[in-house]
Amino acid sequence: MTEQSPPPPRRTFHLNLNWLGVMPFALFVLLFLVMPTMKIVVGAFQRPDGSFTFANIAGLFTPSILSSYWISIKISVSSAAIGCLIGFLMAAAMVLGGLPRGLRSPLMTFSGVASNFAGVPLAFAFLATLGPLGLVTVFLRTEFGINLRAMGFNILSFWGLTITYLFFQIPLMILIVTPALDGLKREWREAASCLGATGAQYWRMVALPILFPTILGTFALLFANAFGAVATAIALTGSSLNIVPIMLFAQIRGDVLGDPHLGYAMAFGMILVTGLANVVYIVLRMRSERWLK
Amino acid sequence: MAPILEISKLRKSYGSTEILKDINVSIDKGDFLVLVGPSGCGKSTLLNCIAGLEPITGGSILIDGQDMTHVSPKDRNIAMVFQSYALYPTMSVAKNITFGMKVRGVDQATQDRKLREVAQQLQIEAYLNRRPGQLSGGQRQRVAMGRALVRDPKLFLFDEPLSNLDAKLRVEMRSEIKKLHHRLGASIVYVTHDQIEAMTLATKIVVMKGGVIQQIGTPQEIYNRPANLFVADFMGSPAMNLIPARVRGTQVEIDRPGAAPILLSDPKVAGLPENVILGLRPEDIAEAGYRAGSDVQQAACQIDLVEPAGADTYVVSTLGGKAVTARLHTETRAAPGESLDLAFDLGKVSYFEPDSGRRLN
Repeated sequence: MTEQSPPPPRRTFHLNLNWLGVMPFALFVLLFLVMPTMKIVVGAFQRPDGSFTFANIAGLFTPSILSSYWISIKISVSSAAIGCLIGFLMAAAMVLGGLPRGLRSPLMTFSGVASNFAGVPLAFAFLATLGPLGLVTVFLRTEFGINLRAMGFNILSFWGLTITYLFFQIPLMILIVTPALDGLKREWREAASCLGATGAQYWRMVALPILFPTILGTFALLFANAFGAVATAIALTGSSLNIVPIMLFAQIRGDVLGDPHLGYAMAFGMILVTGLANVVYIVLRMRSERWLK
Repeated sequence: MAPILEISKLRKSYGSTEILKDINVSIDKGDFLVLVGPSGCGKSTLLNCIAGLEPITGGSILIDGQDMTHVSPKDRNIAMVFQSYALYPTMSVAKNITFGMKVRGVDQATQDRKLREVAQQLQIEAYLNRRPGQLSGGQRQRVAMGRALVRDPKLFLFDEPLSNLDAKLRVEMRSEIKKLHHRLGASIVYVTHDQIEAMTLATKIVVMKGGVIQQIGTPQEIYNRPANLFVADFMGSPAMNLIPARVRGTQVEIDRPGAAPILLSDPKVAGLPENVILGLRPEDIAEAGYRAGSDVQQAACQIDLVEPAGADTYVVSTLGGKAVTARLHTETRAAPGESLDLAFDLGKVSYFEPDSGRRLN
């Protein structure tokens, strides 16, 4: 009798129903992120008749559009830098300082809410507080004789927009940097102390190098966050400040002065800038997680 | 000569909770002091107090005759090796080791010389340019020790440094620490919950429980003459047999199941209270005929369990209502359910008061 080898196991297809759980999200991303992005990218290289062109991209290099990118970058950099600094100090005070432990939970909850507070409500809140007739503006003028407007401050300006952006930038920094500060091992500080290091030496030589990727990565994320903020800018400044989102809105709002395909090119430029910032964030975050493991 | 470390009447509280109570310990230069006890007994807190990482509530700490009670850790001239190693992940091994010298402004030539010496001593020359994340647990442990060694301190503090290593590596590193202690003549305070580590490394052991020192002594004193039931039970593996017994004049009576009580003659029990706990190490109970001496007495015992362990065989019997372990030779005839004559070496016996747990003899 000849020996027969057993038949190979039959491949069976098992539908993993767990994937159904992420289907709504995947569909949402496809419909409202991937497809619009593809439309923008393709539209940036098309004439109104659908033919291919580089003219829209070339149009980005006109003085007015370049200037709008420059202002947007300056506002994003300043709001990200100040947001990083203040957010880091607040988180450090909460995690490492001697503040009451009960403060942490409300601050984190507030940060979670405030980091998503933008658009018309935020613009209105700042107009109502720091606008020409805002509560704080009037209070400072009547009670202390401090006239913000006479001192050159205007909510509808570069610094006005920067301060407004800080309302969501600082909480976002707190949310991201707090876990990194939690990850600083107590033993690192104790070892430095036993080895003869001062507090400043510990921060300069041990803690900050460990936290640096997190801080730089979060700076990139905050930059992207500010660079892509459209609704707050439009609601607050209207057309008085030529930043990219406002120039972009002018191209696509549908009136005869607009050029939708130039708008697509501007949006494409924004995607590149924010995409680059996000890549920087992801790379640095992976690096910082390696340190803090 | 003044002790290298002298702790007097030390107390440590967190709010109303007292963690360390009236701690008095001193060691001489070159001593290897091991603080041992179960989790939560306060041994790591005591080490942190010596390092200055935890402020103390009362008492004093003198290092080499100088009062360090309120001195900051960086000025105590100590070096500490942490359980988690506490190596800096962004720095190379070389930079980790020289970190302490760098912050204290030691010149570069001295830093390089000491780094070379320590790297050679600990056999880590090949890893100097690696980061801690690229090292194994044992290599990290060596780097952590190297960082402490270059400090050249008056006192080394080790906080459970081997607890993150696997069993084999732990034994290797334990030997290396012992060799290092002999070679350098260093004064060391070492925290562990592992009583084997304590016995093998220490020149002096402090056994702690609930923030209170239970006994201070050499490993032999702690092992042979435990001060109380806690120390007797905690030190040694298998633990000391603690058998409830009754004193009858100069005899000790121990219940055994299904037979008349065992009567052992021991003049030491004269004058002891009626109810005692008799403590005898497993190696002090042998198979009859394998242990001789005037203090050795035999009794037949029912064997419940036989556990061959390679070099020895452990047999378990029930005496005084407790499981009693005897360490026998490997060729023993003992079998579960059968009776075996066991020889009890009463020259090694300890007696304890059942209620207070204190030693009676």
